[in-house]
This record gives sequence, C-alpha cells and structure tokens, in this order.
Amino acid sequence: MSTAAATWRSSTASLRRVPDWAWAVFFVALAILYPYILDQLMTAPDDLLDASIQTLGYIIMALGLNIVVGFAGLLDLGYVAFYAIGAFVIGWLGSQQFPNVNGGKGIHILTPVESAFGRAFPGIHINYFIVIFIAAIFTAFWGAILGAPTLRLRGDYLAIVTLAFGEIVPRVFENATSGIFGIGSTDFSNGRQGITPIDKINFPWTDKAFNYPLELKPVYYVGLGMVLFVIFFNRRLRDSRLGRAWIAVREDEVAAAAMGVNLVRTKLWAYAIGAALGGFSGVFLATYNNTVNVDQFEFGFSVFILAMVIIGGMGNIWGVILGAIALSIFNRYGLKQLNGVPDTVGLDFDVTSINFGIFGFFLLAMMVLRPEGFLPSSRRRLELHEVEFDESPDHLGTETGDAQLYEVRHE
Amino acid sequence: MEAASIPETPSGARQPSRSPLTVVSDNILWILLAVALVVYFVQDPKQTLDDVKTGLSNGTIWALIALGYTLVYGIIELINFAHGEVFMIGSFVAVSLWQSLGVTADNAIVGIVLAILLALVASMLASGVLNVMIERVAYKPLRNAPKLAPLITAIGMSFILQNVGLLWRPTPDSSPDLIGSQKDYFTVFGVAIEHSDVFAFVVTVPLLIALVWFVGQTRYGKAMRATAQDPDAARLMGINVDRTISLTFLLGGLLAGAAGVIYALYNGTIQFNQGFTAGLIAFTAAVMGGIGNLKGAVVGGLIIGVIQSISDTHFGQVWTPAVVFAILILIMVFKPQGLFGEETREG
Repeated sequence: MSTAAATWRSSTASLRRVPDWAWAVFFVALAILYPYILDQLMTAPDDLLDASIQTLGYIIMALGLNIVVGFAGLLDLGYVAFYAIGAFVIGWLGSQQFPNVNGGKGIHILTPVESAFGRAFPGIHINYFIVIFIAAIFTAFWGAILGAPTLRLRGDYLAIVTLAFGEIVPRVFENATSGIFGIGSTDFSNGRQGITPIDKINFPWTDKAFNYPLELKPVYYVGLGMVLFVIFFNRRLRDSRLGRAWIAVREDEVAAAAMGVNLVRTKLWAYAIGAALGGFSGVFLATYNNTVNVDQFEFGFSVFILAMVIIGGMGNIWGVILGAIALSIFNRYGLKQLNGVPDTVGLDFDVTSINFGIFGFFLLAMMVLRPEGFLPSSRRRLELHEVEFDESPDHLGTETGDAQLYEVRHE
Repeated sequence: MEAASIPETPSGARQPSRSPLTVVSDNILWILLAVALVVYFVQDPKQTLDDVKTGLSNGTIWALIALGYTLVYGIIELINFAHGEVFMIGSFVAVSLWQSLGVTADNAIVGIVLAILLALVASMLASGVLNVMIERVAYKPLRNAPKLAPLITAIGMSFILQNVGLLWRPTPDSSPDLIGSQKDYFTVFGVAIEHSDVFAFVVTVPLLIALVWFVGQTRYGKAMRATAQDPDAARLMGINVDRTISLTFLLGGLLAGAAGVIYALYNGTIQFNQGFTAGLIAFTAAVMGGIGNLKGAVVGGLIIGVIQSISDTHFGQVWTPAVVFAILILIMVFKPQGLFGEETREG
C-alpha cells in the first residue's frame, strides 16, 4: 500500500515537472488530431464525433457557468435561459423565420444569397461568425438586465430568481407565436414546432456552406476553435483585475468591499460574461442541431450544466472541462450501458429516461462527499473545507464555522 | 400573532418614521395588485368573484406547501428545494391507496369519507417521513458548509424524487373523483361553490389551527421558535437542536402530504412533474408573505391562488406561470421581506 502510494506520488511529481505550456501543446494537438485518430480507431466514427461536437458546445456553457458559480460564487439555476436566448438569436438572424423582411427578398450578410435553384432565400441571413458575437452581446445584455436588480439579494434568493428567469424565458418563447404578452403579431418562435432549418455555417470569404451532418470535421474545428478561444479568454479573465475581484467577492464579500471592490459591478460582469458564453454556445448548438426548439430549454438542462461544473471542480477551468466531457459522454453512452441494471434488481425501466435523476444523484453525492469536485481548484477546496480546517486542533484561535449557517444580520 | 410566527430577528427593529409617499412606494406591488382586482371587479363582477373563489381554493394548496418552505427557512435558513416533490409524493400515495383499495365515487358515503381520511393519514405520514429523510441525507451533513452547498444538494434531491415519481407513474394519471368535485354545493352572490372548494377548506383550516397551536402552545413549538432565534443559545438551554430541526421537516412534510391529497381530488389528475411547478408557486407564496412567517405563508398562498386564476382569465393559461414567476422576481427584488416579514439585510 505504502509503496504503491510512494510510486504514485513520485510519478505525479515527475508529471508536475512537465511545464504547463507542454501540457497545453499536448492537449491542443490531441484535440486537433482527434477526428483523425477516431478515423484510425473505428470504422464508423461519426456517432462519437457527433457526440464530441455537442460536447464542445457543453464545454463552452460549463465554462460560462463556471465564471458565475466557480469564480464569483453566485449560484445560477437559470443558465438555460441564456442558451435559449443565444439559440433564438441564430434562429432569427440565420433562418427563414421572418420571410417578409426587405420585401420578401431577405437580408444577406456574407451568406449565400441564392439557393442551388437560383431562388433568393427570404428571411434574415447573417454569417454565423458574426451572429455568435451578436448573440454573445445580446445575452450579456440580458444577463445584466437579470443581474442588475437582483444582485443585492443573498445567495439563495438570487438562485431562485435566476431559476424563475430560466423558467420564464422558454415559456415566453414558447408562447410568442403572435406577439409577446398579446402585444404585436409577429411570430418569434414558431411555438412548439421551433425554428428549423437553421443556416449552415459558411466562412465569410466563401459562399460554400458546410455540409454537416455528412461531413462533421469542419464543424468540429469551428467548435474547437470556439472552445480554445473561450479557454484563453477565461484564463486571461481569471488572472485579470476583474477575475481577482470575483474570487475576493466569493471568499468574503464584506472584506472585498472594504478593500475597494465594487460589489455590484463585479457581480454584474460575472453575470454578463457568463451569460455571453451561454449565448455563444447556444448559437453553435442551435446551428449544429439545425433547430431551435423550446423543448430543449428545460430546467433539467441548467442542472445538467451545473452538474458538470460541480463534478469537475468549481472554479477550475480544467476541472470544468473534464466534468463537461465526462457528463456529456456519460449522458450519451454511459446511461445505455446501465440499462441492464434495473433488470437485475427486478425492475423494468429505461435508464436513459431518468437521466436527470441520475445527475441529481451526482450533484447530491458530490456535494456531500467531495464538494470541491474531482479536479478542484486548490483555493476553492480550502474554502469548502474551511470549517474542518478551522476546527482541527492544530489550527488554533480562529472562529468556528457557525457563522456559515446562521449569518449575522444587521439590525 | 407573535405566537404563530417564527420571529426572524430577536430585538425590535428600528422603525424609521415613514412619510406617506414611502409607504406607497414600499407597498406599490400590493397596491397595484389591489387596483387590478378592483378594475376587474368593476368590469365583470361575477367572473371576478368566481376567479377569487377558484383562486382561494387553489390557494389553500399553495398555502399548505408554502408553510413547509417557511417553517424550514425560518429554522435553518435553507430553501428546501425538494419540498415540491414531497408534495407530489403525497399525491401519489393517496391515489395509489385509492386505486389499490378500489374506492370510487359510487361507494357509500361512509366508505368514501374513511378512504379520504385514510389517504390523508397515509400521505401525510409518507411525506413527513420522506421530508425528515431528505434532511438527514442531503442537508444535515452540510450544516457547516457554505450556503450554496445544501441548496445544490436540495436541487439534486428534487431531481431524484421527480424521477422516482416518473418511474412510479410515467404518464399523468387521474384520481378517482371521490368528492364529486364539480358539483355545486351552494351559491353565494351568483358564485357556485363546488364540493372541491368546500373540501379544500375543510381539510386546510383544521390543519392550520393545529399548526398554530403546535408552534405557539406546545413545548416542541417553543423549542422550534427558540432554535429559529438562536440555535446556539437553544442548545445551551438544553434543546435538542437536531431533533427540533427534524421535527420541523416532519411538520412541513405532513402539511405537504395533506396538500397532495387536496390537489389530487381538486384537480383530478396527478403527474410526476406537478411538484416542481407547485414548489415554485408555493415558494413565491412564502416569499410574498415574508419567508419565515407562518401567517405570511398562508396569506401569500391565497393571494397567489387568486392572481393565478385572474391571470388565467385575462392573459390566458399559457402565460400564468410566467406571470407568477415574474411576480416572484419582482417581490424578491423590490420587497424581499414580503408582506409580514421583518426587514432583513437586503430589505
């Protein structure tokens, strides 16, 4: 046992000697070569590649939620709202949803104007690479709108407000087939049918659109590019003045405010940037899935993304990515493997139908057994175990953790 | 009324002198709601009275669930997110009991009354015990963790239970119409009071009286109030805080179970996801009344019920959930202490 532990320790120590940039190069190279590796390994890699492309979208969302939950320590239970808003932005700006604009000729910006048969596409068609940034800005705006009045609230109230927001947004979209709240008569969402098809991705310099689902590699690389961009963005952000302010607010709001951190502005940026990434990814997933449908935007999805952040390790970018990959692959393939389990205990049901229950169980088990996640950020782990550290006998003289549960109220 | 509410802060809060203008702006939400009600009443008195009646009956269900939120929040400042699912399980237990006993509306009146009483007892016990178990598994290990931790386990628990419900009844199921719920009982001001309305109040009112008595008059209730005020001091005074917290969860669960039975008979259909929406609505009610305040939870539940039925009539049923959640956000943002709650830090 002890020799095994020693070997393990020495092997991790030698792993630590590998510089960070070498790891980065290794993983990026692996991600770039991944589709070709799959080609070599299996005869029909498309299913796994398809799952991987979805995973890329989830990674971006998990990284976005990580900014809110992991960095700033605010619980957001309505993250799906930003996915929905982002998806509807591409639904509006990249489909035939509004056939009457511009006198039926449509608006085309850096997208193919005519179909193969020479007919102009009606509706608004803006290039994907422009729409992702429009959507990011638009969702950031909504994130700020949600955040601005609610950030005075305590953590649990804030969580419920975000949850309510996450419930309202899909319902508004679902019912906005003839104006919103009875005002106007534009069809914004096509109701339960949803908006489909969505324009295929094309590069701004060519009219030739991608040909997925037949050819998946180009989409994979677009998604990978977006993920790498988001990782870079997140890392720079975390170490920036704003990122340090988030962590300070998370650890102790009062102390942070006393040190001159503007609480409201700091939290608002966390909400806005987290939301922007949700929208960013929403555009990608909606385009790839070729549909924007309100059925996708349920509370369970928010919890799915939250579970990725919690299981991977709140606050740690690499942990969150790991959590996103693990959960989305588990959701796609792992659950099917478990289908034999109910039979063995004499029950008969489909495990995939209770996937959210299983994610709920993961959340529960993780929070009770290992709240810092599998790949924790060292700082977050210390916070989450603060009480234990404080109460351990070799750590004298600090206050106990009671203040955590019953907060001191100001009269 | 002090006896019936779990006080949030021990000492009397400073009451700054208030000008009429601030009184109006502080209570703008209630004033707007009241004005809307009056306008609708003037436009169509009969329809509005009918809405109010439906809303109040429905509101008893939200009130019973909201009490569970408020009791638990008052004592450990935790939003028991799985509470809606406890209510759902209550409904399921009742309907399963009736189905397995083969009770229908054709049975003799004595049999029906017995079946309903039996279902009430069974559902309340099942929900109460379930709620205590939830506390043991999901919240107790995290007493000293940061506040977000038990909230996350609460969500996890909620999803687990919802999927248990999904396995139990994958599709919506109808409850036997034991009380002849659509039949008119009597008519007041042209508003037909149906059997289901009477039933809702006949079950709810005794439970509320029992609860007020329990919290206000018994030793256990005293222990609850003491624990809510200051758990450490309560512990020093010899109160078993862990047991008191369990008791609180038990009480909340009992009420949710009763709400489940009313819901099953009142609505006629039950389904696995009824708890999620009901939980959010009831939570809105608890916040509206001032979380931690028993009277507030009941009044909030009734108000939310009325808002819902009025919104059903005037905006259409599809918009009602959005209306309720929007009200939740508005209250949380502008009036987080609710109708009867005391000023809190963010108030």
